[in-house]
Amino acid sequence: MKGQGHLHIRNATLINPANSKTDTGDVFIVKGKIAALKTPPAGFAAEQTLDAGGLSLIPGIVDICARLREPGAVHKADIASECAAASAAGITTLCCPPDTDPVIDEPAVVELIHHNARLAARSRVLVLGALSHSLKGERLSEMWALKNAGCIGVSNARAPVINTQVLRRAYAYAANCKLTVFIEPDDHWLSAQGCAHEGSVATRLGLQGIPVSAETSALARSLELIAETGVRAHFGRLSSANSVAMIRRAKQDGLNITADVSAHQLHLNENDISSFNSVFHVLPPLRSQRDMEALRRGVTDGTIDIICSDHQPHDADAKQQPFPGAAPGVSALDTLLPLVLALVDAGELELHTAIRALTCRPAELLGINAGTLEAGANADLCLFEHNCDWQLDENTIQSRGKNSPFIGWNFRNRVKHTIINGALVYSVS
Amino acid sequence: MVNKPGKASILAAQDDWNIQLDSHGRLKHFLTIEGLGSEILNNILDTAESFANINEQSVKKVPLLRGKTIVNLFFEASTRTRTTFELAAKRLSADVLNINISTSATSKGETLLDTLRNIQAMQCDMFIVRHNDSGAAHHIARNVSPDISVINAGDGRHAHPTQAMLDMFTIRRSKGHDFGKLRVAIVGDLMHSRVARSQIHALNTLNTGEVRVIGPKTLIPMGIENMGVTVYNDMAAGIKDADVVIMLRLQKERMQGALLPSEQEFYAMYGLSREKLRHAKADAIVMHPGPINRGVEIETAVADGPQSVILKQVTYGISIRMAVMSMVLGREAQSDSRPADEAKA
Repeated sequence: MKGQGHLHIRNATLINPANSKTDTGDVFIVKGKIAALKTPPAGFAAEQTLDAGGLSLIPGIVDICARLREPGAVHKADIASECAAASAAGITTLCCPPDTDPVIDEPAVVELIHHNARLAARSRVLVLGALSHSLKGERLSEMWALKNAGCIGVSNARAPVINTQVLRRAYAYAANCKLTVFIEPDDHWLSAQGCAHEGSVATRLGLQGIPVSAETSALARSLELIAETGVRAHFGRLSSANSVAMIRRAKQDGLNITADVSAHQLHLNENDISSFNSVFHVLPPLRSQRDMEALRRGVTDGTIDIICSDHQPHDADAKQQPFPGAAPGVSALDTLLPLVLALVDAGELELHTAIRALTCRPAELLGINAGTLEAGANADLCLFEHNCDWQLDENTIQSRGKNSPFIGWNFRNRVKHTIINGALVYSVS
Repeated sequence: MVNKPGKASILAAQDDWNIQLDSHGRLKHFLTIEGLGSEILNNILDTAESFANINEQSVKKVPLLRGKTIVNLFFEASTRTRTTFELAAKRLSADVLNINISTSATSKGETLLDTLRNIQAMQCDMFIVRHNDSGAAHHIARNVSPDISVINAGDGRHAHPTQAMLDMFTIRRSKGHDFGKLRVAIVGDLMHSRVARSQIHALNTLNTGEVRVIGPKTLIPMGIENMGVTVYNDMAAGIKDADVVIMLRLQKERMQGALLPSEQEFYAMYGLSREKLRHAKADAIVMHPGPINRGVEIETAVADGPQSVILKQVTYGISIRMAVMSMVLGREAQSDSRPADEAKA
């Protein structure tokens, strides 16, 4: 990335999630790193100065689950389009799950993604390798080779590993390679054909339900195998109150696990699907209000460590279908920070907890030098404006995927500038 | 809290629901019973009453929809429903086009909306739609050009509103106008039944005294009691003192999904035999949306017996569909032509 000179950010409200401190001051960036805060380091000569009066500065957001659609579905989006959208949303690092086409189960695919991300020269892209060959849940992937190619973890995404013996050995082998396993708990048999939370809304609409047990039974199976194999594990995209309780208990028991929730799960619930609007078709499904509230509490008390976008951009045709047949997932990069800060503004979530869940906690999980405002850290930063009213519409969505359930919502926080590796890569026009 | 939908989108969300009604509150599409008031339902029943008289005459045709083109667009196989819609349209003097599209054909490339746009380009006035996805009729109604009306002839497990209305018509003709004194039991595969969902909405909108649903736990969907029904897993207790017993069709594929062990066991527990029917009131009527599986959900002697009104349901289906089509397409002429008057003319 270019512009690795001296950048002076003046007068920002510095929100440092790593030590829960907020104050006002300047940031001095030299050659892609934060050189100093408040007072300039010796020999600092600003090549560029950014007046950040009235803006809040946080470490760049680390989004641990974003589908970029490349390779395999570039009619929906590609690495360049989504990296640009991410940088406009203050997201400076993205992590891409392995369910691309071809699957990320060999080094060449990892290299292709890294290469195209370098060309895009926007947000950094990290890659999860496949836990099983072709994600079929039958044979182990070459995890050691994937790790050497740069994969920061392994996952079977939402593809099932039906055979418990295969799953146990995959966890053990990942532990052997010192790779974190990223798990989206889902019992394939219980969720098959389903498109909505099993409950009165799905019953009324005649939609095939997905019971909470589809998530919790898979979660319970994985927890037992994690305890036996000692693998470092992360549970992603939780959707139910019962899952939060299980994770809380497992952490109390000393299991080395973390968990995340997608931002849309903190704002929406089953009642939102009532008019068959396919933009609300997501997996795991939007569950009850009670589940949504339990997920919020899980973030507050730290049971849920991370909030991610679970970005899944789609072309218009994929969503222009009757609800059950429409492709699941929301385009979510643009709304990640605004949705989380809306919870802060509403008093549902404490500011530093919220920012931690977007920055330093995911950075710790991925093992990257990010997520903090300290001298020596990578200068990946996000500056946002508070108290500006704006409305999300199709034209303001930077992602190629316009499938957001939040179109028409009013937000109060908006990203103004994004800095990656010391370079200003985005400024609101 | 700022992150709520703006006013504009709240209105849009309501529009999604009110898509069935035009700006005067008249029926533009007929997609689901849910959200329609008793006034509209009674209006459909009363209009059907006048058509029932026509259907009993030797010349069974009125010129109400002359010059209108109605397209039967069936993405799922059907004989009875499609035929009665066709007959109803013809008795209203409309031109009818039958198009059967297997969903496998659409999945080969052309999207549902492409198919629609092509047929729409042929200048028609109404789509009668059956599709195996819940919500398909809403999806189509939202995407057709504004001058086309859509009638739902069954979408997935969601709704089959004309079937529910012909069932209400059958009940009203047998038991009178006061639904408040009736106890209605719906028996069988509630899980997969769009007919049952629409019946439940219709019965509750018409203030039925008690609506019961009866079936094994594997075929009763979670939270159905929130639709205003009482759940019974025991057949005898469930149909006790019922005025109306509605049997649902059991699809053979339910055995494969481990929902039921066998048809015989289902029949033993929930099949309507003469013996089980004795638990209902002596003058109870027995209904079935068809097609019947004799010996699976109903005994032949009951299906063909004196309490059965199953064939009447089929007959009334024509009147109900004539009523709905004429109400939906006759909106502009509604004030100056009553169907009964036209018939006399």
